[in-house]
Amino acid sequence: MRRRSLLAGALAATPFAAGCSASGGDSTAATRTGRTALSYGMWDPAQVPGMQQVIRAFERENPDVSVEIQLTPWNSYWTTLRTAMRGGTAPDVFWMNAVNIKLYAANGTLVPLDEHITRARTPLGKHPEALVDIYKYGGRQYALPKDFDTIGLWYNKELFDKAGVKYPDSSWTWDDLRDAARELTDPKQRVYGIAAEMDRQNKFYPTIFGAGGYVLRDGRSGFADPRSIEGLRFWTDLVDRGWSPPQSAMSEVRARNLYLSEQVAMNYDLSSMASFMYGTPAIKDHGGVAVLPKGRKRATVIHGLANCISAKSRKREAAWKFVDFMARSRAGEIQAKGGVTIPSYAGTQDAWLKSMPEFDLRCFLDMVDYAYPYPSSRNTAVWEDLEYLLLGAPFSGKGGIEGAARTLAKQMDRALDEEDN
Amino acid sequence: MAVFPSTAAAEAEGRSRKPRTKAGREGTTRGPNSRTQKAAYVFIAPIGLGFLLFYLWPMLQTFGFSFTHFGPFGGNTWTGGENYARVLQDVTVWRAIGNTLLYGAIGLLTLPLSIAVAALLNRRGLRGVAVYRALYFIPFVTLPVAVGLVWNWLYNGNFGLLNEVLSWFGVSRHFWASDPSTALWAIGVVAVWQSVGYYLIIFIAGIKGIPQDYYEAAELDGAGPVRRFFTITIPLLSPSIFFAAVICVINSLQMFDLIYVMMSPMNPALGSTQSVVSLFYQWAFQQNNQGAAAALAFLLMLLTAALTFLQFRLQKKWVHYA
Repeated sequence: MRRRSLLAGALAATPFAAGCSASGGDSTAATRTGRTALSYGMWDPAQVPGMQQVIRAFERENPDVSVEIQLTPWNSYWTTLRTAMRGGTAPDVFWMNAVNIKLYAANGTLVPLDEHITRARTPLGKHPEALVDIYKYGGRQYALPKDFDTIGLWYNKELFDKAGVKYPDSSWTWDDLRDAARELTDPKQRVYGIAAEMDRQNKFYPTIFGAGGYVLRDGRSGFADPRSIEGLRFWTDLVDRGWSPPQSAMSEVRARNLYLSEQVAMNYDLSSMASFMYGTPAIKDHGGVAVLPKGRKRATVIHGLANCISAKSRKREAAWKFVDFMARSRAGEIQAKGGVTIPSYAGTQDAWLKSMPEFDLRCFLDMVDYAYPYPSSRNTAVWEDLEYLLLGAPFSGKGGIEGAARTLAKQMDRALDEEDN
Repeated sequence: MAVFPSTAAAEAEGRSRKPRTKAGREGTTRGPNSRTQKAAYVFIAPIGLGFLLFYLWPMLQTFGFSFTHFGPFGGNTWTGGENYARVLQDVTVWRAIGNTLLYGAIGLLTLPLSIAVAALLNRRGLRGVAVYRALYFIPFVTLPVAVGLVWNWLYNGNFGLLNEVLSWFGVSRHFWASDPSTALWAIGVVAVWQSVGYYLIIFIAGIKGIPQDYYEAAELDGAGPVRRFFTITIPLLSPSIFFAAVICVINSLQMFDLIYVMMSPMNPALGSTQSVVSLFYQWAFQQNNQGAAAALAFLLMLLTAALTFLQFRLQKKWVHYA
């Protein structure tokens, strides 16, 4: 039975290989008609309609180029892409994220874009600086952002009203949040004030930055820093006091679902979840969102997807045209109308804001000013794995967050050392 | 390691049921008749080629990879025994080996359970045997992903059926699959539940092969059903039990899919449920460290070989070939 699942994996990989050869066939057909055919790798089916519209707009401007989407599910996207890179069948242009950019850039699999950017005067300054920085490696730009996410404080107005607590606003500090969490918690109704889920992007990275700590600086781990520990303790305290369910409960039902089913009154969550929440009637009616409360300083985490060009692509000029097009306002406007993501091009977000008038989505844009980039190194996945492995106990209410954080820092430093050779 | 349970079961059954006599008869037909021999090779060629191509070659490759630093996009570099040194020094590896052995021990509990059920199903005059057999076998042919998801739902601490039932007896709510102290057992129970049907088939066949004369003679001598079970069924079933034990240990050592499905990365019990194979998956496909992962895989093979060898040595003490 173990073998069966491995076989299933192998079979699942085949459609992609088949997709590759099919697009290869297309390209020869396309050269006959005089058009350059690009393949575009992405993983989110929800964004396919939006990207198809972007592609249509691009093809209208560049009649000599055609683009075909290669969709690979998230679960196998990176494994498949790595294999395809080895075999030389990777898409010409594909989606990149913060966790993987440095691994790909450091191994020379991506085309550095700086010269192109200068030549084409790509308006990089129109994208949030922290987001653009994520895709720099060794002083060079390897990908151009297309959208972004920040973290906001989502809250349930009905539960707030029931407990007689004032709604969160931009004046809130961590103390306000703690007070509210205490008053909102109602064990009899099995309602918790907040969800202190062990989640790096949504939960403990924002508070580590908010406490003045850091995750990664100059190739060293920041988890042993007292300020970072303060940011972690913000959450474990909430569990210890019983104002949040323990992590063991939230590994079975994610915090997001607890929020949607009105069992937690407040939750830190991604802006990209807005349309998902909008689809839940109760939350659409009485859900709200505010900027993250202030700790020692104001902070949130910004992440976004970017487009990059494979170094193995033989159609670099056309690929660049496409990547450049997607970093400009026209592509941003089209994406905003889709309502799925926030385009990162400044000023194109209006359509997204208006698509869900019940939510005060503007706060996600307000937070960009003080947003920290999602931390990453050359082999981010290694120490990211360690985080959940080591912080699980403290997040389950078993205490010892300080010791766990120090152990994590030590092991993370070792992992970072191994990256260098 | 490279044994498909079904074919292996058939082989072992064949071996245990018709022991020496057949080999003796074959001895007479063997010899100069090379055409039959050629035909035999042609018939085993498909499985033989499959074995060479899909098992032996990858195995050798893995062995080779275990001495390299595996470049994420090609460009492997030779590092000698570095990966092995790393694997042996890693605390998580030892923890995973401990967990894996515990999975093996829990897995062995499947055997007495399936023997008991097989004995009950083999009673003469029992109606609807086919239905029972099918019911027991269904979990085995169900996709592990589906099995894992359903059991996760049963175990759920917020709304799980298990807690609901236990609450009738005054047991308080518990996060069975997310508490480090119970999670491994929770997964082990599912593994047992899932594989009972498979061993049941083996044991039913084994029991059917025991001549009725023995039972009749014992009955005449006044032996009750319990006595008959322990002095006739168990000893004469021992070849099947031996085969099942070997397969069971190998399968348990390769525990992966249930862990993968039932343990989310944020599960605080992840570390205490991780098996060698799930650690292998994490290293190779999440952390991009295929070299060390290959070394780990090779160590697992050695461990499996050692345990299997041990079982073959011990069989002389308790397996009776009739």
